[in-house]
Amino acid sequence: MSDADQPTETDGEFNPAAPNTGEEFEPVDVFPDSDDFDLRPGSDSCYKCSTCDTNCPVAEVDDEFPGPKFQGPEQWRLKQRDDEHEIDDSVMDCSNCMRCDNACPAGVPLSQMHNTARGEYVSEQMDTWSIEYWRNRILSNYRTSAWLASKLPRLANVVMNFGPARWVMEKTMGVTKEREFPAFATETFREWWARQGGADASRQRARANRERRGEPVDADKKVAYFHGCYSNYNTTEVGKAMVRVFEQFGYEVVVPKQKCSGTPMFANGMLDDARRHAEVNVSSMRDLVDQGYDAIASCTSCSMALRQEYPELFDIPGIDDVAANTFESLEYLRIHEDLRGELAEVEVDGELAEEFAYHAPCHARNQGLERQALELFRDVDGVGIEDVGESCSGISGTYGWKAEKYEKSMEIGEEMFEHMAEAEGETGMTECPTCAMQMEHGTGYDIRHPLELLEAALVDGDGL
Amino acid sequence: MAIESEVLVIGGGLAGLTSALSAARTGEDVRLVSYKQSTLRSASGLVDVLGYTPDGDGPLTDPFEAIPDLPETHPYRTVGIKAIRDGLDLFDDAVPHYHGGHTDRNALLPTHGGTIKPTARYPASASAGLASDTRDLLLVGLESMTEFDAPHAAAHLDAAGVPFDVRGVTIQFPGDLRADAKVTRYAKLLDTNGEVTVRGRDRPVREALAARVNTELDEEERVGFPAVLGDEHPGAVRADLADRLGADVFEVPMGPPSLPGLRLEDALFAALDEAGASIETGNPVVDFDGEDRIERVYIEKNGAEIPNTAEEYVLATGGLVGKGVQSDREGVYEPIFDCHVAHPADRYDWFENEVFGDHTFARFGVETDDDLRPLDGGGDVEFANLRAAGAVLGGYDLAAEKSGSGVSIATGYAAGHSAGQEAV
Repeated sequence: MSDADQPTETDGEFNPAAPNTGEEFEPVDVFPDSDDFDLRPGSDSCYKCSTCDTNCPVAEVDDEFPGPKFQGPEQWRLKQRDDEHEIDDSVMDCSNCMRCDNACPAGVPLSQMHNTARGEYVSEQMDTWSIEYWRNRILSNYRTSAWLASKLPRLANVVMNFGPARWVMEKTMGVTKEREFPAFATETFREWWARQGGADASRQRARANRERRGEPVDADKKVAYFHGCYSNYNTTEVGKAMVRVFEQFGYEVVVPKQKCSGTPMFANGMLDDARRHAEVNVSSMRDLVDQGYDAIASCTSCSMALRQEYPELFDIPGIDDVAANTFESLEYLRIHEDLRGELAEVEVDGELAEEFAYHAPCHARNQGLERQALELFRDVDGVGIEDVGESCSGISGTYGWKAEKYEKSMEIGEEMFEHMAEAEGETGMTECPTCAMQMEHGTGYDIRHPLELLEAALVDGDGL
Repeated sequence: MAIESEVLVIGGGLAGLTSALSAARTGEDVRLVSYKQSTLRSASGLVDVLGYTPDGDGPLTDPFEAIPDLPETHPYRTVGIKAIRDGLDLFDDAVPHYHGGHTDRNALLPTHGGTIKPTARYPASASAGLASDTRDLLLVGLESMTEFDAPHAAAHLDAAGVPFDVRGVTIQFPGDLRADAKVTRYAKLLDTNGEVTVRGRDRPVREALAARVNTELDEEERVGFPAVLGDEHPGAVRADLADRLGADVFEVPMGPPSLPGLRLEDALFAALDEAGASIETGNPVVDFDGEDRIERVYIEKNGAEIPNTAEEYVLATGGLVGKGVQSDREGVYEPIFDCHVAHPADRYDWFENEVFGDHTFARFGVETDDDLRPLDGGGDVEFANLRAAGAVLGGYDLAAEKSGSGVSIATGYAAGHSAGQEAV
């Protein structure tokens, strides 16, 4: 009640049955309207049930980490009490999996609190001359490294996994040498997309498909694809599958100008970097949303960033419209098409006629998407799919790439590795590129994206 | 288009899960949506049917004997004894690691405060703690877990006149855990039997924990710990500790966050998955279309409203704590469908001055017809295809009666079953 007037007690005794708080006092108006990110209502909503703590994959293995309840509402309150209070450096051990958001029965915006605290820590307390700062900055600006590597992908693939170079990277930068760098595609998704004829050609293909499907040729079916960095530079097959599947359903696809979603930057408290990228993304998506496009992401962390982290952290014109019109790819088709009906008609054969060990990424959980792949594919002929449990994969983007976090990352992932080994399939499936890295790293399995299976099931072999 | 199912259940607590399971077992295409993770994470894991009468008589020996005398407005009277029994059968089938189904009578279990609680079903992990068991008992508390003061709890049990000797000791959990380590941290260490450092030596945690307890153990035949004994493999953790202690090992149910509650949640979701239902958590239902029937509901995701359609709907959103019933200075309301919630116009009539008084608010909730369909202020059915289950129902004080779980299971079963039949 520090911001409010104390209730006036007329007779010195508080009697709940007889209102004696004085006419001036209006307890529902304690919080003045505010345009900035006032986290106080969120902090006050926390009733300390600690459900968030039971969801934290880091607190489960890391004896140094005090957990989300401390990082969020408690730290926020400590900060209000004393101007001298600094953000606890353990905020950098949070992997930003955001599972605590999904846990909180009181709707406390935990990840927003973590992101703002981490941003403040990095900008005000972290030594910007430190190796850790630059290591984190380089890791979180993966797009820049990937862009460079894509210029000479074959060379990059060799150099980035060259043992002595990796040893030096670990010793000097703190980037673990235990992991294989992902392979860079020899042709980026955007290069491929341009070669296919871009948006104009997509419109033609979509119209032809609408006609084939018996839908109005001029149907208003258009989407803007947010491919993210990984589908562009590494797993281009995911981006291609997205295009083929959506066009198959009669959607025109455009691939607007875009930068990193900001996910790795949020996790490292690099909010200035994230904002720069977000401004580009929101600006190009906003115009398309105005024209009736919906934004579609194939990476659940990208869709998470556009939907939740952007409006929670930035004030950019059009940001709320973009958030409300952003969807994950399967989610969108589930809402707008009879996906189950179409899948009931087909049988998958060929390379993807497999048993899949499916892992739901933490960021998919937060959007309520953790079961969509399972529920879509479990009845499809020719394939099987099995959930490998609710544990976090442990890599959380850049977290598992840090030398000092590698062991913990693998300890968190152990439960998933065990369940993958127990599952019938020996091919993994997930929506998140870094979960895929971890799954492959821990089991050696090949990891596929649900869109690839959807493509195999629904798109004719000749496709594009 | 919309996301379609035949029966849509709103709410992921015990009532919602039971409804969905019951409807799915009638062969319907069922979808369960829950705003956040299940509230079972905050539940002790004990499943009560009726511990006390509304007048405070008890603990009751046999809840089924007392049910016919409950007020007519009580949800148990609405669904009847058979639905309660069928609901419990469904529960027993879905959650095989629970005990208590062999009898109608209440079991008596020690709580972490040292009181004795009458309950109808309890997890296997708690079974060696039964207060009706005459074997001597040692309670082991952990220094870092201040919410379980074992000597204090033991003294309470002793004062209650339990038929055995009981002692409580507090030990330091082996290893270098934080003072505020999460229950999941203890559970994970015990599940994996991870190494902890004790006096400079690395030892598996179960061995180290048993060694500490063994120095305190004095002929007792059973040992109770706070409920942190494993999440993935609780049976193996208990068996291993029991072996090392030469005594039965059990867990004392704790407050939130609760591992027994979490395990119950996992078991029920697994059963629902097995039954072929679809499940979505993380986003709230905020709106609906329909006049006499619900046509569709909308799930809000960051400003987007996703339509979901079904033939039949079950409202299992919880009570005042679960936010299925809400109040402000103007009144009390059900926030999704605005179903009628009867309440005194003057909000100072909603409660009594005594903390544990007979509060009117404790019975706030929707009133229904015999088929659990909410009624409007005039006594007519609000929507032909909407049923309500669990704490969103009015007419009973679950905290005072210790009937929360039982009402959720019985009304969840009845609402789900009826919705499933209707959807055919």
